[in-house]
Amino acid sequence: MAQVSLRKIVKEYEGGVQAVKGIDLEIADHEFVVLVGPSGCGKSTTLRMIAGLEEITSGEIAIGGQVVNDIPPRDRDIAMVFQNYALYPHMSVYENMGFGLTLRKFPKDEIRRRVENAARILDIGNLLDRKPKALSGGQRQRVAMGRAIVRDPKVFLFDEPLSNLDAKLRVQMRTEIKKVHQTVKTTTVYVTHDQVEAMTLADRVVVMNQGIIEQVGAPQELYHHPATRFVAGFIGSPAMNFIPARLENGAGALRMHLPNDIVLPVPASRTQRYAPHAGREVLFGIRPEHLTELRATDKPNIATFQATPEVVEPMGMETLVHFWMQGAEVCARLDPAVPVEPGRPLTMAADLDQMHLIDPVSGRVL
Amino acid sequence: MADGNVVMARGMPAAVAPPQKGTLHRIARRRSTLAFLMTLPLLAVIGGLVAYPFFYALYLSMLNKRMTRFVGIDNFTFLLSRETFQAVIWQSVLFAVSAVIAKALIGFILAHVLHALPAKGQRKWRGMLLVPWVIPPAVSTLAWWWMFDPSYSAINWVLTTVGVPPVAWLGEPSWARFSVILVNVWYGAPFFMIMYLAALKSVPDQLYEAAAIDGATGWQKLRYVTVPMMKNIIAITVLFSLIVTFANFDIVRILTNGGPQDKTHIFGTYAFQVGIQSGDIPLGSAVSLFMFPILAVFAIFVLRDVTRRNKEMTG
Amino acid sequence: MSGASVTRGAVAPPTYYKVGSIKRERRWALIGAYAALAVFVVFFLTPPFYMLVTSLKSSGEIADLSGNPWIVSSPTLENYRELLTQGNYVTHFLNSVIVTLAVVAITMVISIFAAFALSRMRFWGSTMLATGVFLTYLVPETLLFIPLFQIIGGLGLYNNLLAMILIYPTLTVPFTTWIMIGYFASIPKELDEAALIDGANHFQMLWKIFIPVALPGILAAMIFAFTVSWAQFLYPMAFLVSSEQMVLTVGIVSDLIRGDTFQWGKIMAGALMAAAPPLLVYAFLMDYYIAGLTAGATKG
Repeated sequence: MAQVSLRKIVKEYEGGVQAVKGIDLEIADHEFVVLVGPSGCGKSTTLRMIAGLEEITSGEIAIGGQVVNDIPPRDRDIAMVFQNYALYPHMSVYENMGFGLTLRKFPKDEIRRRVENAARILDIGNLLDRKPKALSGGQRQRVAMGRAIVRDPKVFLFDEPLSNLDAKLRVQMRTEIKKVHQTVKTTTVYVTHDQVEAMTLADRVVVMNQGIIEQVGAPQELYHHPATRFVAGFIGSPAMNFIPARLENGAGALRMHLPNDIVLPVPASRTQRYAPHAGREVLFGIRPEHLTELRATDKPNIATFQATPEVVEPMGMETLVHFWMQGAEVCARLDPAVPVEPGRPLTMAADLDQMHLIDPVSGRVL
Repeated sequence: MADGNVVMARGMPAAVAPPQKGTLHRIARRRSTLAFLMTLPLLAVIGGLVAYPFFYALYLSMLNKRMTRFVGIDNFTFLLSRETFQAVIWQSVLFAVSAVIAKALIGFILAHVLHALPAKGQRKWRGMLLVPWVIPPAVSTLAWWWMFDPSYSAINWVLTTVGVPPVAWLGEPSWARFSVILVNVWYGAPFFMIMYLAALKSVPDQLYEAAAIDGATGWQKLRYVTVPMMKNIIAITVLFSLIVTFANFDIVRILTNGGPQDKTHIFGTYAFQVGIQSGDIPLGSAVSLFMFPILAVFAIFVLRDVTRRNKEMTG
Repeated sequence: MSGASVTRGAVAPPTYYKVGSIKRERRWALIGAYAALAVFVVFFLTPPFYMLVTSLKSSGEIADLSGNPWIVSSPTLENYRELLTQGNYVTHFLNSVIVTLAVVAITMVISIFAAFALSRMRFWGSTMLATGVFLTYLVPETLLFIPLFQIIGGLGLYNNLLAMILIYPTLTVPFTTWIMIGYFASIPKELDEAALIDGANHFQMLWKIFIPVALPGILAAMIFAFTVSWAQFLYPMAFLVSSEQMVLTVGIVSDLIRGDTFQWGKIMAGALMAAAPPLLVYAFLMDYYIAGLTAGATKG
């Protein structure tokens, strides 16, 4: 069994700086978990603590049920793929991949079998005799993954492996990684700052911010039901719009008062949830994809209002427009056929079933 | 009119064609002459004070003692037949090889120790450990000479205090050889330490992390990551030190002056004794020249190896 | 087929060492490190320490074989006073200073110009010259001193301090040139081009741009030249005879040993004062000192 448990993990550096401020996480066997967040959020530090490359200040990490705090990396039965590949420059690809097994005195034919198997999975069989300097970035990354696969460990650890590749290669490698996981099924902990990678690769996504976990959940869960403002704004691109608003109870119906005298009704399904917060300042959150031009639709809770776009970005498959409400920038995604120009008022349609209200003080989604 | 045409034809280019062409030429020529002039002093030093004396030494070595006639390789054959000189060859090799091995080992160990220390402590200890290299060897050897003194040796005092019989550091041939090697190691190990420390710092940390995860213990990391990555520096420093140690003069001269019974003479000190003290310049020249082929062989081997490995790893 | 997990763990890994412990390994590493440090610090610093101790003893105390030679029971500065007021020590010291300063100046001029030309201006034979510089190290002083003996004699410079100033650069120039080439090569070419556009000629480029930017390298090279010149022993021993021309390294030995009497107290005091200038330079400019050493190898 290769589950990973993190219990109350804290990482504190000399001088009192806390990179990780107490996180709990249970990762199931065979699961692909992605730690995602902006730089400095503690995700790499957490990964390195699982690997044993950073000392754990307090808390426990268990791999396969065994507490590994004091166990050196080599005995944890893990494998890691680094951002800079960390291939041994003086060894051939074959030797790089077989290094872990050589160290543990595996028989030569077993090493050969495993290396060739991994090379087949990653399609690098023709590169086995080359040295790392003769490989491209994508090939090096594959060798790094091959090195991990050969070890057949309990857990794979990935530390931003695609950050050094160009955009096209990144997309390609993403699919490779997913395929490998489907083949080999090893428990995987993957760190990245790119939320697209997180969404496409993960069984579960762990969003981290400033040393704590903001939310854990399946990608769809995080998209549709973010728990905090940070998660709401982090997942999805372009990011969710946050418009300051006020929740008012008037004439028996709950309504949201937005800037520019825009008033939107609260859908019936949400009334009970939001009623206790009437009278308060809130943030109205809505994703650009749910803010469109007025179009024929059978969605029940569409509200309309007027807005004047100031910046127009034709993307080909859609047109992004930006307008400002009392200092808050709002982005909407329009059908490319809609005639729009800066300065000309437009009727916007908001799908209120997809809205979120956020408490500006605590950051929690209501 | 022909003249008129010619005048016009000449007038046109003069006005239209860029005048720089001639100037460019001059600049290019001037540039390389300027560069040449700037390296002239260097050339003079190397040519006049290194290359010329070297060939002159070759010439001198083939003269008779009074330098009146040419004797070919007689001096060399004479030296090779003498037991003393055969011993000098053996002593020089023993001295150079054992000293360099010891220095490399100590330097390697100390570099690792220093590398593992936190930055502030590292500076402090490194500062203290480099002192033997900083003091001129001719000066520090005096201190060793005093510590090895037959009657007053402070080291012997320590030995007798713990019940060990005193050692004739400079009086007995085997001990004298040991002492000379010891002082050279004392002087030269810090150099290796500094070089290896710089090389250690250039090995990326992530390679060690990858090795740790792959399953390497400390010793295995040393064998599979550190040493292969440092092979170039190790080779260069060993070569450099072999040359310098082989050609040593100061330490042996002050400590034992080749004695007792010429048992610690190396090429440099023997050449001095034969050439300058006994006044036989050609013979002394021959002695020194014996060094050269050995050094050249070392240099060629290691350089070839180094350039090959450089191409492999960085392409 | 529940037992046969074909892809996973088909061959059980051979049993190896038992699982380690980070804490225990770190503790042993620390103990080992500090043990090694202690041993070698004692080994390295004992001679200078003993030099100091002996220099503070009167000759009576030195001759006294009873008691611990490692401590001074009645320290005295008599040795130092005598050296500085009587005899030729001060002359020797000054001679060393003169030679060293002159050689450092000459060395730097030669090597900076040469390095600038070799690293920036490609002309025929430039690579050949660079390798040639390295090859000069294969011809050590112990090989050159005999022919130089003849040459110096022939020039009438035997027993003359000026001869030292003439020949010391052979020892310093190759390496300092090598260091400077490395430093100059690391200055981006764009700087040259900007200067050329601004209207500088080559000398101005060297003076106003290269030298300031490569100052750390220049300092490191100067320190190297200084150390080598100050410590020179073979050449002065071979080519200088009389006391007024003698330099420090040879002078301590030749002056203070009359026949069979060794005035160890004064010898050690003299030695310590001779070691002082390099030690001081080292203490204050340690980083440049080390940079000079490592630059040669890592950039070579």
